[in-house]
Amino acid sequence: MNTVFKSIDARPMPGRSSGPLAWLRANLFSTIGNSLLSVFLLALVVWAFVASMDWALLNAVFNANLQACNDVRGAGACWGVISEKGRLIVMGRYPETEHWRPVIATALMLGVVVLSCMPRFWNKALPAIWIVMLAIYFVLMKGGFFGLTAVDTDQWGGFPLTVMLTVISMTLAFPLAIFVALGRRSNMPAIRTLCTLYVELIRGVPLITVLFMASFMLPLFMPEGVKIDVLLRVVVGITLFSAAYMAEVVRGGLQALPKGQTEAAATLGLSYWQVQRMIVLPQALATVVPSIMNTFIGLFKDTSLVTIVSLYELTGALGLALNSDADWRPFKIEAYLFITFIYFAFCFAMSRYSLWIEDRTAVSKVR
Amino acid sequence: MSHFSMIEARPLPGKKNRSISWRSREGRSVIYQIVAILSALALVALLVRNTLINMRLRGIQSGYDFLLQPFGFDISETMIEYASNSTYLMAFFIGMLNTLKVAVIGIVLATLLGVLVGVGRFSTNFLVRKVCYAYVEFFRNVPVYLQLLIWYLVFTEALPDFDKAWQLGHFYLSKNGVSFPWPVWQLGQTLALCGLVLGCVFTVIYRRQAKAHFDQTGQTRPVWGVSTGVTVALMLLGWLAGGAPAEWNLPKIGDFQIEDGGVFSPEFMALLCGLVFYTASFIAEVVRSGIASVSLGQHEAAASLGLNKGQSMRLVVLPQALRVIIPPLTSQYLNLTKNSSLAVAIGYPELVSIANTTLNQTGRAIEALSIVMLVYLTLSLITSALMNWFNASAAIQER
Repeated sequence: MNTVFKSIDARPMPGRSSGPLAWLRANLFSTIGNSLLSVFLLALVVWAFVASMDWALLNAVFNANLQACNDVRGAGACWGVISEKGRLIVMGRYPETEHWRPVIATALMLGVVVLSCMPRFWNKALPAIWIVMLAIYFVLMKGGFFGLTAVDTDQWGGFPLTVMLTVISMTLAFPLAIFVALGRRSNMPAIRTLCTLYVELIRGVPLITVLFMASFMLPLFMPEGVKIDVLLRVVVGITLFSAAYMAEVVRGGLQALPKGQTEAAATLGLSYWQVQRMIVLPQALATVVPSIMNTFIGLFKDTSLVTIVSLYELTGALGLALNSDADWRPFKIEAYLFITFIYFAFCFAMSRYSLWIEDRTAVSKVR
Repeated sequence: MSHFSMIEARPLPGKKNRSISWRSREGRSVIYQIVAILSALALVALLVRNTLINMRLRGIQSGYDFLLQPFGFDISETMIEYASNSTYLMAFFIGMLNTLKVAVIGIVLATLLGVLVGVGRFSTNFLVRKVCYAYVEFFRNVPVYLQLLIWYLVFTEALPDFDKAWQLGHFYLSKNGVSFPWPVWQLGQTLALCGLVLGCVFTVIYRRQAKAHFDQTGQTRPVWGVSTGVTVALMLLGWLAGGAPAEWNLPKIGDFQIEDGGVFSPEFMALLCGLVFYTASFIAEVVRSGIASVSLGQHEAAASLGLNKGQSMRLVVLPQALRVIIPPLTSQYLNLTKNSSLAVAIGYPELVSIANTTLNQTGRAIEALSIVMLVYLTLSLITSALMNWFNASAAIQER
């Protein structure tokens, strides 16, 4: 039987797959459901944007004029509260004539932290730089030398205190965490048990209870007649707390390292500590830098809790500035947004850094 | 030409020196451990000694006998009967229940929101992706304590007074918190609850049987449909057997507050919102990285086997993603529970608030804090154990 060959029709030309219209179709209007969702979300975003612009910019009062602020209440923001109270919020109870000292000291500390974040500066000079920085920092903050008036630690507050608590606790916790992490992987059962006990105990309870312990129980632990400063107590508490978390991070890095590295190093005749110092830790720590950064971000946020044991860091200083002032207290939300912005800016920057360093280590692993 | 000669065999090793000596690795290890334990004990002994001396000097009493004395304070929110002459022990128990209440509701809501946002990061819709991204970045990078304070301000200042409460059906939202209808509890509700429990038991048994049947014959059974149907039927049956009570306790605007109905106080709502929105941003990241960890080949292979999108998600992608998701998810649950202790700042009477009051009244810091730590440690261990069990069932089944 003869069949007549007949070609099927050519398929229609495919639609445009590039250009703005195609992008819109693929990303916003691919199906009816998607289109509805897009329209709804777009309306929501636009509405939120317009409403917040109205409140935060168009109807807002920018100078510290209480009358004007009260007039726009509910309709517009009163950013005047920040020009009025901003200094107290950012600096806490530090004497006003001496504010230049925490500014310089904190700038110096942040500068060294930023420096330490750059792999280019990871060398032997770094610890020395840190020691010099810390010395200058405490001389500036505490005073009592070189004609600087002494400022008690209970006067320290605001953003400098937030930075100081984070950086100092982290610096102290880091070596402790390394030892605990090594201890948890030791083959001596007693040491392993002690380290595990410490880590699990601390990680099982909230930071607040650790802070309460530091502030109520640490004085009882001290020998008779020894008084320790409340700031020091809190630093000890936060350090012990974050060391437990960081020890787990470091342990993760140690576990990721192939066993061959340790064995090869032992074959070369290196001792346990030489192996750890020269072979294991440099590799293990390099892989966990992003996680360490996350712990750092967490710690930075967690310092806000020290308010509860009456140290006035950024969040606490805000309460200090506004709670007792009936005139400005109604504008607390603006002040909250102000410090929210500060926290966000710092944490966001740090998380970007963490991503960057993660990409960087990922690149260096590719052969 | 050199003459080859074999080196002599090494002598037989001597008898291993078993005694503890600095020269052998084992010996050193034993010595290190003894030193470590002794120094730990010495530290503890020193601290205890100092504490006892300090307590005597300052006239601080010690002991747990205060637990049976009356607490003497009102607690604003209690899930069980409480009078101000109840004991400290009772107060701690109520605090623990309040912690559990906010933790359980918080974990459920944070998981729902977190999974939604985490999956949303993979949406084909550009706006959904970006909104989810913005959500995660914003809530993750602001301290939860600050968020809590802001929510508290919103719930106590920004909302209308009770007489101008926002109303949606029988739900009210005002400075009094959230009021909602609540069934008048009768026999029917109790029996319906029993029906729910029975339904769950049935589901477990039926699922197991269906799995065995599938392993033997390769035929699937409609597990979800059948178990949901049976559970609902059992609940209905219980409700009907109890006389089908349909009485609701409806909230209404009274003279001084919103009366009747169930109520979530502003403190509770602030704490819940703060914890849920914060933790959900972390859970979203956990879910995102879990799904991202399943290679694209798995999606493609599932599609080429003829599974539809839902099936490939449920049968192929999710089981693999879960392995990556569960461990960090567990720590997020624990974080939420631990962060609930921040309620001490806004006056929700959970465990730490009660301990704080106790501490101020009796001065027994060590005792009060030890109870709090014990409870949190127990909760942590239970949660970890449950999640480990769940994790084990999701792990790769190797030979």
